Amino acid sequence: MAATDGADGAVIGTGGLAALVRLLRERGRTVVGPTVRDGAVVLAELESADELPYGWGVELEAGRYRLRRRADGAAFAHSAGPQSWKTFLYPQRVRRWSADRGPDGALAVAAEPEPAVSYAFLGVRPCDLRAIAVQDRVLTGGRYADPDYRGRRAGAFLVAVECTEPGATCFCASMGSGPGAGPGYDLALTEVVDADGHRFLARPGTDEGAEILAALPRLPADGGATAQAARTAVAGAADRMGRSMPPVDLRALLRGTLEADRWDDVAARCLTCGNCTMVCPTCFCTAPEDVTDLTGDHAERWRVWDSCFDLEFSHLAGGPVRSSGRSRYRQWLTHKLGTWHDQFGSSGCVGCGRCIVWCPVGIDITEEVHALHAEARGGCGAGGCGCGAAEDGAAEVGAGGVGAGGPGAAPGTGP
Amino acid sequence: MEGREQEHRPRLAVWKLASCDGCQLTLLDCEDELLALAGRVEIAHFLEASSAPGPGPYDLSLVEGSVTTAEDAERVRHIRAVSRRLVTIGACATAGGIQALRNFADVEEFRAAVYARPEYVATLATSTPVSAHVPVDFELQGCPIDRGQLLEVLTAHLAGRKPGIPAHSVCFECKRRGTTCVTVAHGTPCLGPVTHAGCGALCPAYGRGCYGCFGPSDSPNLRALVPLLRSDGADRRDVVRLLRTFNAAAPAFAEASAEVEASAEAEASAEAGASAGGPAEAGAPAGNGDENGTEGPGEDGPRDGRSTP
Ligand code: SF4
Ligand code: SF4
Ligand code: SF4
Ligand code: SF4
Repeated sequence: MAATDGADGAVIGTGGLAALVRLLRERGRTVVGPTVRDGAVVLAELESADELPYGWGVELEAGRYRLRRRADGAAFAHSAGPQSWKTFLYPQRVRRWSADRGPDGALAVAAEPEPAVSYAFLGVRPCDLRAIAVQDRVLTGGRYADPDYRGRRAGAFLVAVECTEPGATCFCASMGSGPGAGPGYDLALTEVVDADGHRFLARPGTDEGAEILAALPRLPADGGATAQAARTAVAGAADRMGRSMPPVDLRALLRGTLEADRWDDVAARCLTCGNCTMVCPTCFCTAPEDVTDLTGDHAERWRVWDSCFDLEFSHLAGGPVRSSGRSRYRQWLTHKLGTWHDQFGSSGCVGCGRCIVWCPVGIDITEEVHALHAEARGGCGAGGCGCGAAEDGAAEVGAGGVGAGGPGAAPGTGP
Repeated sequence: MEGREQEHRPRLAVWKLASCDGCQLTLLDCEDELLALAGRVEIAHFLEASSAPGPGPYDLSLVEGSVTTAEDAERVRHIRAVSRRLVTIGACATAGGIQALRNFADVEEFRAAVYARPEYVATLATSTPVSAHVPVDFELQGCPIDRGQLLEVLTAHLAGRKPGIPAHSVCFECKRRGTTCVTVAHGTPCLGPVTHAGCGALCPAYGRGCYGCFGPSDSPNLRALVPLLRSDGADRRDVVRLLRTFNAAAPAFAEASAEVEASAEAEASAEAGASAGGPAEAGAPAGNGDENGTEGPGEDGPRDGRSTP
């Protein structure tokens, strides 16, 4: 089946996409994908492909999100919506166990069964594909594996859609996580809309993906024209990233700037509202919530999303360890970009830009890192120093970086 | 534990100072739980529900309302003296309530203007929270309080544990609920980032900005929020009004509204000076605040430089 598709994959039309949703639903899967609701492209259960945001794009800036109509009718020309897939894989509030005390005083504790849900995610962006892999390492690896996450994740079918329309807040190219899809998908699509029509290049990543693809109606073979157009569009997207990180070893940068003045500057602007961590597709912190009922004979433990911006988050005997906004913002950034490597062997940031868009006051992680970088290099502060910051927006940065001497790129919104 | 029936049932008292009764009604609103509650506590003093109060002392006192008269101040000391634990419920008892607007004005003037026989009205110049008069064991915020949170305070008391009442911002609840941020997506002014959680982020779920009914969170940064409200189209008067509602006298809100008011006055006097020949924008803040100020809330206008005041 997959073999007949050749190296370039198969080409399906919007009818093929509709058939994909139908087929996945017939197979008993809950299909979740993007759809327009409340003035945003949100993720929700889809009953049919008609609910996809055909003809909707987004205009993104720090602290600002607006839907925009698109003339080309594209379904996946949007990025950085208010949710990520963790909303489904790692829900905000989950019961872990409940306990009952019987009339004889004996305690019976019942663990929560693993969730019996079979998801298919349609429209997983490459950055989010990477984010799922990051959460996999955190939540299914090591000593603290999370059974609820495992249950939701194990059977999830991932349909990645590569990015051809990056937002002004995207910087996956500089984090090495997009705009082309990395490993981990069952099926990868690339949307192409041009004079030759509206179609998708489809490539399977797993046997199940190949099996599903084989069952979809295709468009006639076009001698690789769609594949070529798709490659060009994805390569073009890499050059149009709205933001970038400085092309340096971010882990070393963060380790070396713990006492930077910039932390005071950002703390003055930060609301410590927690929005950035809530929208971040990799943030995994939760708090236990214990509830008892009025009889006192029934108790439950829940796991709820929490954030290092919560004052209570670091509450130890005697009070919170991170009481200042400065220390809380610094925790977020140093964990995301620095100590995440030590804990989980990768960066905790995939460059999706959500924290930039959904921060009410528009604090921009890339701008803060550029400022830290500038301060580390000799105190030229938050840019505007004329230090020759190169416009190499999509600089490629390996995990190791190129060392602290590399040129810094001015972020799109430098003051 | 066997023999709970014979155990001493904690004695509950509900008190009212200057308030609207909304918070204590929340207790009666716990219809499904009232029977179970009555089985676990002795409701010894609750005038809203029974006119035959039992004598003190009480294990748990819920106090609604603020202190606005000399008699209230005396009563609240009595309540404290007869209560093992004292929990304030609602914005009046924890922050002075809407009646604390008097703290920003001249009470004598109000009295003369509103009452036909002002000499019959004996009142203090300010409305103050219970904590300004006696030590308080726990403050439950909200105008009115949330029913689920009240039950949590009661069950936690019965179980001898700390109530699970998060003090972080409404934004936490808003994101958990899956609401699209009305500020980011629609440019609607919202107090959520500085407001104490508890309502479940009700208003944003219906497309409105948060009104701050639950008062300040545990780490509100008003200096960062005010410029955001301004860039979302609220002028200085709007900002002062937003901050001066149910929790006007909560210190974080009161300080911020006073600051904004002072800067408005400074601007007005600078403008007065300017119209006498000086540069027109002498007192204006950096940025195009005034231009933004004329935009209606929710308008889809450009918002550049929003992170700089
Ligand atoms: S830190 Fe920001 S840009 Fe990076 S993955 Fe999280 S939300 Fe996306
Ligand atoms: S950045 Fe904060 S909320 Fe996110 S995973 Fe790290 S400690 Fe947790
Ligand atoms: S960086 Fe922005 S979203 Fe994050 S806590 Fe601060 S103000 Fe909120
Ligand atoms: S709508 Fe208001 S409460 Fe909700 S996230 Fe936005 S600012 Fe916070």
